[in-house]
This record gives sequence, C-alpha cells and structure tokens, in this order.
Amino acid sequence: MKNLREAIVVAAASAGEGHIPSALSILDILWVLYDKVLKIDPLHPTKPDRDRFVLSKGQGALGLYVVLAAKGFFQHKDLDTFATFNSILGGHPDRNKIPGVEASTGSLGHGFPIAVGMAMGLRVQRSSSRVFTLIGDGEANEGSVWESALLAAHHKLSNLCCIIDYNHSTDRALLVGNIAAKFGAFDWECISVNGHDQNELLAALTRERTNRPLAIVARTVKGFGCARMENNPEWHHKAPTPEQLPALLESLR
Amino acid sequence: MNMRQQMVSTVEGVLRSDVRTMLLLGDIGVFGFRNAFEAFPERVLNIGILEQATIGVAAGLSLCNMIPIVHSIAPFLVERAFEQLKIDFGYQKTGGNFISVGASYDYAALGCTHHCPGDVGILKNCPGMEIVVPGTASEFDTLFRRTYANGSPTYYRLSERSNAMSCDVSFGKATVIRKGEGLTVVAVGPLLDTVLEAGKDLDITILYYTTVAPFDAQTLKDNAGSSKLLLCEPYYSGVSAADIQAALFPAPVSIDFAGIPFRFLTQYGSCAEHDEALGLTAGRIRSRMQRMMA
Repeated sequence: MKNLREAIVVAAASAGEGHIPSALSILDILWVLYDKVLKIDPLHPTKPDRDRFVLSKGQGALGLYVVLAAKGFFQHKDLDTFATFNSILGGHPDRNKIPGVEASTGSLGHGFPIAVGMAMGLRVQRSSSRVFTLIGDGEANEGSVWESALLAAHHKLSNLCCIIDYNHSTDRALLVGNIAAKFGAFDWECISVNGHDQNELLAALTRERTNRPLAIVARTVKGFGCARMENNPEWHHKAPTPEQLPALLESLR
Repeated sequence: MNMRQQMVSTVEGVLRSDVRTMLLLGDIGVFGFRNAFEAFPERVLNIGILEQATIGVAAGLSLCNMIPIVHSIAPFLVERAFEQLKIDFGYQKTGGNFISVGASYDYAALGCTHHCPGDVGILKNCPGMEIVVPGTASEFDTLFRRTYANGSPTYYRLSERSNAMSCDVSFGKATVIRKGEGLTVVAVGPLLDTVLEAGKDLDITILYYTTVAPFDAQTLKDNAGSSKLLLCEPYYSGVSAADIQAALFPAPVSIDFAGIPFRFLTQYGSCAEHDEALGLTAGRIRSRMQRMMA
C-alpha cells in the first residue's frame, strides 16, 4: 500500500494538482475491491458480464488511478501524465478516456444514481453482475444521494452495494450523523467497518447478500497513511511543492 | 389523437418491438400507460418524483446498453435535472430519450413553476443534446421512431397545441413549405399554423423546423430568399439566432423575432390569452412580416 500512496503523492506533486487526502481515504477500499472482489478483466474492461464500480466521489480519482494502473488497466507511466493537457487522467475520472472507469463523475451526487440505474438494468437483463459504488460523507449532503437510496431500497436492488467513505471531512459544514442508521431507515442492509482494515472490508464486501441493497459505512481517516495530511483540511486540494515532497514521502506509512 | 396520446402509442410500440427500451415516468402519464405497465412490468416504472436521480438512473441504464425513455413535465425534467442531463448524458455521450409535456405556458393557469419557455435554450447549452419540437402527433411518431435508439441524448418537446396538418418531416432536416422573395420565415414546431395564416398571400419563404439541434444549416442556406429573416419560436426568443447567423455568414442578415420575450410570465388564464399578450397571434406576426418587407 505504501507504493500506491507514494504514487498518489508523486502524481499530484508532478501535476501541481490533485485531491491527495481524498484518494488516501479510500485507497484500502479500492484495493480490496479490485484485488479481491470485483470480477473485471483489466484486458477486457467492457465485457458485458463484468461487475461495475462507480466512484461517485470523483475527487478521489488519484486513488482509483493508482489501483487501476497496478491492476493493469493502463500503464503505470500514464500516471506521470496526470492532469496534463492531453492526459487520459484528469482530476476527476472520465469513462470515455480511461479503461476501467464506468462513469464520468466529479459533480457530487451523480455516480450513485448511475449505479442504481446500472443495477436496475442488469437485473432486467438477468445478469449476475454486481454493482458497487463509493460515495463520500460530504457527498451525502446531496439530495440525489437520498433519492437514490430510496429508489434502490424500493426496488430491492440486492445486486447493489454502496460504500460510504466516512472520514468526517464535512462535519465542519453539515453533520450527517449516524449514516448507517440513516441508510437503515431507508431499508438498506447496513454494516459499519474500519475502512482501513482490509480484512474487515473484504468480509463486508463479500458477505452473503439478502434481498436488499447493502450499505457499508467505512470509517476512514482523510489523508490516511500520510501523517502530515491526516485530518488536515489544509491539504484537501493542494499539491506538494518540490520542497515539500521529500518530507511527505518520508512520512508515508 | 393529440401529442400525449401519440406518445403513449408510440412508446408502447417501441417497448413491444425493442426489449432494450425502458420507460421511467415521473409520476405522470401513469393512467395513460396503464397497458404498458401491465405488459412490461419490469421495463415500465413509475419511478417517483425525484428528477435528478431519475436522470442519473437513466444514464446507468444506458451504460448497461438499455435505452431509457424518461417522461415528466418540462421544468422538472429539464431545469431541475439539467446538470445530470449535461454530465451524465451530454458529457458522457450516452443515449437516452427525454419527453416533456407542459411546453412554455401549456399549463398557463398553474403559474411560473409549471411554465417552461426556457427549456430549449437551456438544452442548447448541452453539446450533443438533440432537440426535437414536433408540430403534430404524427410528426412526433416519425421523429421518435427515427431517433430513439441512435445513441444520443434526445429531448422531445410535446405541446398541447398542434398544427392542423402534418408535414413530411425528417430528423435533422428542415422542410421547405414554400418559397418567396420578400422575407424568409423560420417556423418551429406548433407555431407553423400561426405562421402560415400570418403569411397568407405574402411573397415569403417559409422553412419549417422540427429539429432545433442539430440545426439544419444547409436547407436555410439553400433556400433563404432574402437577407431579412423572421424567426418564429414557441419558447424564449432567439434560441436559433446564432445558428442562423452562422449558416448565412458572411452574408448580412437582418433578423426579427416572434417568440416568448425573456421575462417571467406572471399571469394565469389560457394559452390563447398568453399568445395575445405576447404577440404570438397570426395578426401580430403578419404585422412583423409586413414591417420587414416594407
């Protein structure tokens, strides 16, 4: 994981752009998904029978990119081009440019409804493919998140799993409180896990499913694995300068 | 058959013939589609009153190779969910169909929240969005069947008002109604009948547009018989002005507008009363024509 964290920090530093702490917050979740859970062939990422993953909190894109590169969806050297003019890798994921990206996100509250639509469509098609989406707790301020939660429960989308990256970064603006209880009130099956414990994540993501959609509240730390950035809002959307980079890399776990 | 009734018939037809189609109703048209609910329970959903999520859901369906058809009242379908239309469909280049009712002030008595003269202008700001404004029920049927599965996002603007006769329309093509020298008139959708009456006996060219985007520049270029042009649009005026200027460039062109002026409509009453108040009657449009031809 340290290599992945390093790749995130280096890419952002090279570009002078990036949401590093958001990417670090979700990195363990993404790694478990792509390493152990999702059925997707990196060499054939549009096969109809694949599982789908939608990164609804698009600002975590760097986390997704380093995992996709590590899994062979594109070449690692593409990370060096992050956020440059002709790069396939922008500050938010783009489905028309990046192999393995299922939806173009960045505007919060868009990916989750798209994932609901995918789950509906796959069910109509009698597909056994599953749909996973990852939202942020700040994103859960958006009304469309709760519209989606209502819809998914009403239609009993048991092929859908929503992971909530609960790093409390927007508590300063609006408290979302007990998200698990809120999803539970919308009639989702809910569990809460340590979002940096890969064993707990794997158990949650692979648990036997009921006839309801599953919400996994992942308790995370924004900037996890980089001591200088953890829970430090100064770094939300800030790239390290060349002078700052060595110390940051040194502080990575 | 009015446009709404035609929509039910046409959409039921494609639901029957194309298993990729899926209809999402924003809790309107439920009675009209009662037979479709029964025939295709998995593919016809009264999705509820949540327009932003509905458009996102439609995009998700499209990304799974389904063909979504979303139906609601214009302000809720377009204005509330515009960002989803822009990003989830426009930017992502996904295919989908969005059918509105309540054009401009069709629901005049319900007030501003249910008026929508801005829908076409708003959607013109979404690159790749196709905009279809049929003038009759039959034209909707022709245009919808031609476009619903073309892989692009397409907006169909239904109106309570229709022209008396249908034209031979094609998606993306304007129809030359007649040719003259004194003035070129571009008439959009259900305004054609009013324009025909207004221009009776006048030496003018009338071009009929049922596709607003993409704009058919070639037909205009080939048939504009005058440097004077009257643009008649059943929504906020001027949506196609830039397309017209670009089509005729570098020739000088003088454009006047007959459409809805850019302000909130604060009165109720009937569509006819609004037409009168806004100058969208045959008599007032004829006066504009004559003034330009003088």
